[in-house]
Amino acid sequence: MKVLVHVSLKPGVLDPQGRAIHHSLEGLGFGGVSDVRVGREIALEVADDTSDEALEDMCRRLLANTVIENYRIEKL
Amino acid sequence: MAFTAGVITFPGSNCDRDMAVAIRDISGREPLRLWHGDADLPGNIDFIAVPGGFSYGDYLRSGAMAANSPIMRSVIAAADRGVPVLGVCNGFQVLTEARLLPGALMRNAGIHFVCRTVPLVVENGSSLFTSRYETGSTIQIPVAHHDGNYYADDETLDELEGEGRVAFRYGENVNGSARQIAGVLNAKGNVLGMMPHPERAIEDAQGSADGRALFEGVFESLSVA
Repeated sequence: MKVLVHVSLKPGVLDPQGRAIHHSLEGLGFGGVSDVRVGREIALEVADDTSDEALEDMCRRLLANTVIENYRIEKL
Repeated sequence: MAFTAGVITFPGSNCDRDMAVAIRDISGREPLRLWHGDADLPGNIDFIAVPGGFSYGDYLRSGAMAANSPIMRSVIAAADRGVPVLGVCNGFQVLTEARLLPGALMRNAGIHFVCRTVPLVVENGSSLFTSRYETGSTIQIPVAHHDGNYYADDETLDELEGEGRVAFRYGENVNGSARQIAGVLNAKGNVLGMMPHPERAIEDAQGSADGRALFEGVFESLSVA
């Protein structure tokens, strides 16, 4: 089974990379962009019987740092 | 000084030798060199240094992989027993990822890698690590990092400040850190994480010897104990 883990910074946490990208987009002449946030997508290939609890555990213990990041698990 | 210090090396550590030299120079004793893959620490370990560098190439997040390496389980257990643990730069990132310290180190607010000597204000001069400094005094210590922007939620920051757990604060805005925090202590006071490098400021030839007092303070407490 393929699983995508989407990791994003929590709302309110400053994202310097997103801000720099925003700045560059404006420099390229793209108007109308009000905010840019950078996230990460981690693609896992796991055994079909992998439990939701195990996936949650992977996210909490390693894939995301829950002090600053949220995660979302998407099974394909 | 009859104590046993250890310096951990992860793949990608690059300040481990500087740390070992500082410990040897100041204590007169050669520290043990510990490898990340070792599951156990020597039972008589009295002081653990987690050095700077780019452990595991900063993959995933700075310090994230190192925080899950075999030796860190033993470091966490030793910290729980009260063994002093000092994490510098990447070592600070490792300690937050291992949840020995609260908060997280994010990309510098200005995006750029910052490498220069900065003023640090000693916020708590009575901790295990800072007893040789005067509270409120300013010292000069170099920083060299890309991910040194300290973040914690307001509640955690209030708690840290209320409990005297902010050891050092930058004297100027270096990297966008919340409340300009440069170094924090755990609740018990035996774990310190800081982005600046005291081990790179131990003699005048390095531009500052203000880092010496940090090691002298810890080693003094160990030899008295």
